Amino acid sequence: MELLAIFITAIFIKNFVLFYFLGICPFLGVSKKLDAAFSMGLAVTFVMTITAVVSWMINHWVLLPYNLEYLQIVSFILVIASLVQLVEMFIRKISPPLYQALGIYLPLITTNCAIMGLALLAALKNYNFIETVIFGVGSGIGFTLAIILMAGIREHLDLADVPGPLKGAGIALIVAGIMALAFSGFSGMIK
Amino acid sequence: MPTKPIGQEFLKGVWSENPIFRQLLGMCPTLAVTNAVVNGFAMGMATTFVLLFSSLVVSSIKNLIPKQVRIASYIVVIATFVTMADRFLQAFFPAISDNLGPYVPLIVVNCLILGRQEAFSSRNTVGRSLVDALGMSSGFVLGLLVLSSIREILGSGTFLGTQVMGDWFKPWTIMVLPPGAFITLGILLGLVILIEQKSKSRR
Repeated sequence: MELLAIFITAIFIKNFVLFYFLGICPFLGVSKKLDAAFSMGLAVTFVMTITAVVSWMINHWVLLPYNLEYLQIVSFILVIASLVQLVEMFIRKISPPLYQALGIYLPLITTNCAIMGLALLAALKNYNFIETVIFGVGSGIGFTLAIILMAGIREHLDLADVPGPLKGAGIALIVAGIMALAFSGFSGMIK
Repeated sequence: MPTKPIGQEFLKGVWSENPIFRQLLGMCPTLAVTNAVVNGFAMGMATTFVLLFSSLVVSSIKNLIPKQVRIASYIVVIATFVTMADRFLQAFFPAISDNLGPYVPLIVVNCLILGRQEAFSSRNTVGRSLVDALGMSSGFVLGLLVLSSIREILGSGTFLGTQVMGDWFKPWTIMVLPPGAFITLGILLGLVILIEQKSKSRR
């Protein structure tokens, strides 16, 4: 039950994009086409899940036992950067079609604050191992959901008559605001 | 490389290349911590500290860093200063540190800082890099202050914690919640572009 609550909270209530404001750059940058947005969401979910596992191991097996919490920022960012590289090489060898789909989005993920945010938030909330994994998967799905919805709306927005200065990023942010408003309606789901 | 006058190097960060309104860099902290002016200001100062010292270090050791590992080296430099800023806030301003939560450590992935190292500090002298860093962070602080002032005044009727709106004013709670951040920034972006267009057509 507790796990389900974490999962639902990560997807709907405390959505990474619309509540924590993490991963705004890809959210605005890669949300112009629906299929690109889907691939980006898939890549982020994938890396988030692995990051959740690895960052938990580093935090609980290395940093905490030796009182090295102050190295958290440095070690997390280095681990994430090398992890993305590894994942990229791994996918290229194992599954070329998947690599074709995710290819150009993987390197972009290194600088995606959602990944770093996930590692830090999971450490901050003191989740145990299973909870961390659920949190990682849920957050990834939440990100995918938000970016797909955004891409769907933006494909239609191309045909709309938007006032000149608001074209592009301006209207995208206002749409995101309205989406965040709609998502805040989920907050009553779990006490 | 053509060298601009030093004043222009500073001013470009404040207006023509303003990180928030023109380059859309560092959006996560911009949106997340601007629900009150004091939070926005603290985030601005922390980012300024990190950007200034990272630019100082990177521009002084730029010739020692091999090209292949430069990004990783920049990240280590930045992460060091972010850790310092984080520990400092925790020790001396615990209340603000609690408010900002994970967003102080997240300065490390603020694209503004890495972007300046890659685009400017790694190919300019120490002095120019510092001026550039100062200009960019002034632009960033300015953006944070504008956004957080609007949100705090409309959202809670206060400015820096003191009541500024009369009794008749009913706070727009939405402004301090996430949707208010997105909508305010969207409208501000439109305004900046409008001002730019107006001043261009006059010229």
